[in-house]
Amino acid sequence: MSSTFETVAGIIAETCDIPREQITPESHAINDLGIDSLAFLDIAFAIDKAFGIKLPLEQWTQEVNEGKAPAEEYFVLKNLVARIDGLVAAKSA
Amino acid sequence: MRLEYFEMIDTVASFDAQARTLVARCEVPLDSPVFEGHFPGHPLVPGVLLTETMAQASGYLVLALTEFAHMPFLMAVDKARFRTFVPPGAALEVSAGLDMMGSGYAATKASITCEGKPVCDAQLRFKTMPFPPGMETGMRARARQIGLLPETAR
Repeated sequence: MSSTFETVAGIIAETCDIPREQITPESHAINDLGIDSLAFLDIAFAIDKAFGIKLPLEQWTQEVNEGKAPAEEYFVLKNLVARIDGLVAAKSA
Repeated sequence: MRLEYFEMIDTVASFDAQARTLVARCEVPLDSPVFEGHFPGHPLVPGVLLTETMAQASGYLVLALTEFAHMPFLMAVDKARFRTFVPPGAALEVSAGLDMMGSGYAATKASITCEGKPVCDAQLRFKTMPFPPGMETGMRARARQIGLLPETAR
């Protein structure tokens, strides 16, 4: 498992009081883990701080709400982790 | 301060866009219905209202930094500490500094002092979102009242 996933899973477990073993790369943050939008902002804050990035959460939410992207693209953890890795790579490029 | 109206900030003493900080002043009223219950015979400003005061200073900081593009709504208070009592008539200085501006949220660190002595401090987070209908005008009017916006600003 990638260290990014481990960090994100740890953040989610701590922020939302979810047992760490319930959190897998296939977990959907909203549908499977029951994380609401306010809690996800807390998670985004912790992720931004941990990785030194800025998750474009407003843009993602808008795309999902407008039907331009499925929620899974951003909120299934393996996809979220891939996007975090992409933002980290872009920052250091 | 008009405690019962939740008007906590009297004046903005300084706003530094580069340092991302705001300092405000507030004078605790001598009389308020709040003191009838908190506490009978021993009036003190409640900690929740001191937290609200730090939140309002932080909120005005975020409003100023974003040029009123988004309204910040308090969503989290971390590590709040109340270090001394605040009686009626106290003159308070509130400091707020931006910690992080994320997508859809802002994080600040804020504190209050009285005559240079620490009163309280906390880390605050706000959900930032477009102003609900009818709200921006009132917030801008209040910002003019406390000197955050020039009187001639819209």
